[in-house]
Amino acid sequence: MASQKQERRLTFLATALPPIGWVVVFFLAPLAIVWAYSFGQNVSLTEVDISGTFANYARALQPLYLGIFLKSIFIAALTTLLCLIIGFPVALAIVFAEERWRPWLLLLVMLPFWTNLLIRTYALIAVLRTNGFANFTLEWLWDQGSWLMTLVGLEPLGEFTPMQLLYNNFAVVFGLVYVHLPFMVLPLYAALDRIDKSLMEASLDLGAGHLRTLFSIVVPLALPGIISGIIITFVPALGAYLTPDLLGGPDSQMIANVIERQFKRANDWPFGAALSFLLMYATFAVIALRAYLARGKSADGHGI
Amino acid sequence: MIRVPARYFKSSASRRSILKGLGAAAIGISLAPTKYSAWAAEEPKLNFYNWDTYIGEETLPSFTEATGIDVNMSLFATNDELFAKLRAGNPGYDVICPGSEFVERMIQANLLEPLDHSKIPNIKNISPQFMTDAPFDPGRKYSLPYTWLVIGIGYRKSKVDGVPDSWKWMFDSDKYKGKITVVADASELFRICFKYLGGSINDASTELLQKAEAMLTKQKPYIKAFHEDNGQDLLLSGEVDLAMEYNGDIAQIMTEDDDVDFVVPKEGSMLQQDTLAIPKGAPHPENALKFINFIFEPEVGAEITKTILFPSPNAAAVALMPEDYRNNPVIFPPADIMAKCEYPNYLGPEFSRLLEEAMTRLRAS
Repeated sequence: MASQKQERRLTFLATALPPIGWVVVFFLAPLAIVWAYSFGQNVSLTEVDISGTFANYARALQPLYLGIFLKSIFIAALTTLLCLIIGFPVALAIVFAEERWRPWLLLLVMLPFWTNLLIRTYALIAVLRTNGFANFTLEWLWDQGSWLMTLVGLEPLGEFTPMQLLYNNFAVVFGLVYVHLPFMVLPLYAALDRIDKSLMEASLDLGAGHLRTLFSIVVPLALPGIISGIIITFVPALGAYLTPDLLGGPDSQMIANVIERQFKRANDWPFGAALSFLLMYATFAVIALRAYLARGKSADGHGI
Repeated sequence: MIRVPARYFKSSASRRSILKGLGAAAIGISLAPTKYSAWAAEEPKLNFYNWDTYIGEETLPSFTEATGIDVNMSLFATNDELFAKLRAGNPGYDVICPGSEFVERMIQANLLEPLDHSKIPNIKNISPQFMTDAPFDPGRKYSLPYTWLVIGIGYRKSKVDGVPDSWKWMFDSDKYKGKITVVADASELFRICFKYLGGSINDASTELLQKAEAMLTKQKPYIKAFHEDNGQDLLLSGEVDLAMEYNGDIAQIMTEDDDVDFVVPKEGSMLQQDTLAIPKGAPHPENALKFINFIFEPEVGAEITKTILFPSPNAAAVALMPEDYRNNPVIFPPADIMAKCEYPNYLGPEFSRLLEEAMTRLRAS
């Protein structure tokens, strides 16, 4: 018995040690260093003295930076909401698609992942800019409309003015939704696919309409997937920095852009570290909330 | 063989040095410079850290042909990126290309190796004014000029009234609203505002900074974008009609678009140099000196200049260039305007922090 137990422990160690070592060396240790930096101050251009000061946190909690935090949270929340509204019907459509089409539809959702984010963002710039494909298309439609108006004897529409689609907050949210949509669709698909379809049929047979079935049966059963989707969309969107940097206008800075500037241009690593950790605490809070909600659910006896 | 730089361990075990040791362990495992000191000669390799589109097409192959040394070039996008990479210990670069303001910072931070001028005979090709007029590196002990540049306004001739030869159109007017882009770099942006407000680029006065911030906050609704050194792309694609940019960047797109021109505003502007320097802990310092000397060969300098179109301080190379380069007012703006331009000094960490905070407030406002 004892030797068997020992053997099992050895097996456990042999399989668990490499990943644990990986996490410690490449995740926890660097994170600990950054955490220590957040309690330090610059003493020269390249040296940081870890003096245990809270000054960086005090500075990070000034209204200026809190305002940027709030704005980032708002943009990330809006992105998540839009992803949910767009992603839910998409996931539902994939679930109800014919068996042989499903892998292909899932592939289409995942396809953008195979291209680098930077390249996809530059592609979006080419689409959205003043002389971009979106405005070319709109101009063509405008001209056709103008032609139709003259055809029926009305005044033409006049000169086409290109829409300002780039370098504003609209472009940032558009870009974030575009990038994060797969994060929402995939967990939703997994949750919806698991639902026993006979429950929906029963609901429809018993006289509930399609909408009522959707909101009373499908949504509650898919709730864990919805919550997972919300979290894995919200968390990266909150830390987004490339998208606001490249697509945003003069007022589109998000907190990650401020953090980046501390590490580069401002050469103020302690302050950047403090801001990073505040962002991380915000993320922890969201995940803790999810854990709390999940626990509440199972305590009610409605555990899923 | 991996050697962690000795400077991580030189002081006794204070908290700071332990932490720096940890930092070296975490960051430096694969990056710590390896030094094959036991070898008689250096291996024929060179790691060159340069800006994008900033070297001639044939330069590196012809250096390899001439010396047998293989060049591995990696690219950085901003001086801040360069500094951030080097401040934790040289990850193995032999030759770097820092801007003049950062040369001063890096000398202060003890990150640069002094250059042995006797091993760079081609220094004689450099125009003497660049050897003497370099407040960021007196005597040019640590850096040699690769290119020089001046920030001005690139503009679309058909969309602008006359020549926009004042910073007013960028900082203090709604005439071209929604058609302006300015640099995102806090130091460049605010310190050129100082110039417009009648001060010097090297004024470290908080009063002037506040005035500049108030002016830009008022101007912000008319600004289309704060760009990261790609103002020329915004101008070329028609997104804006006026872009605050470097002369060389605008000269590059003027070869593609006749409707673009460039002016250094009458209030004066900021001069910069991009330089060649050897960072401390370079694994191949001898090869680095050979490379720097090679760059200052007249033909090599001319080949680089033909590609990148930035003004070259290499007088022997400029002499080999065609007349339309030598007389190009974009590349060589008129002398009376140039006399009003200044090199920026490094104004210290406290003022850098104030500049950065002003920028964050401006972007958030």
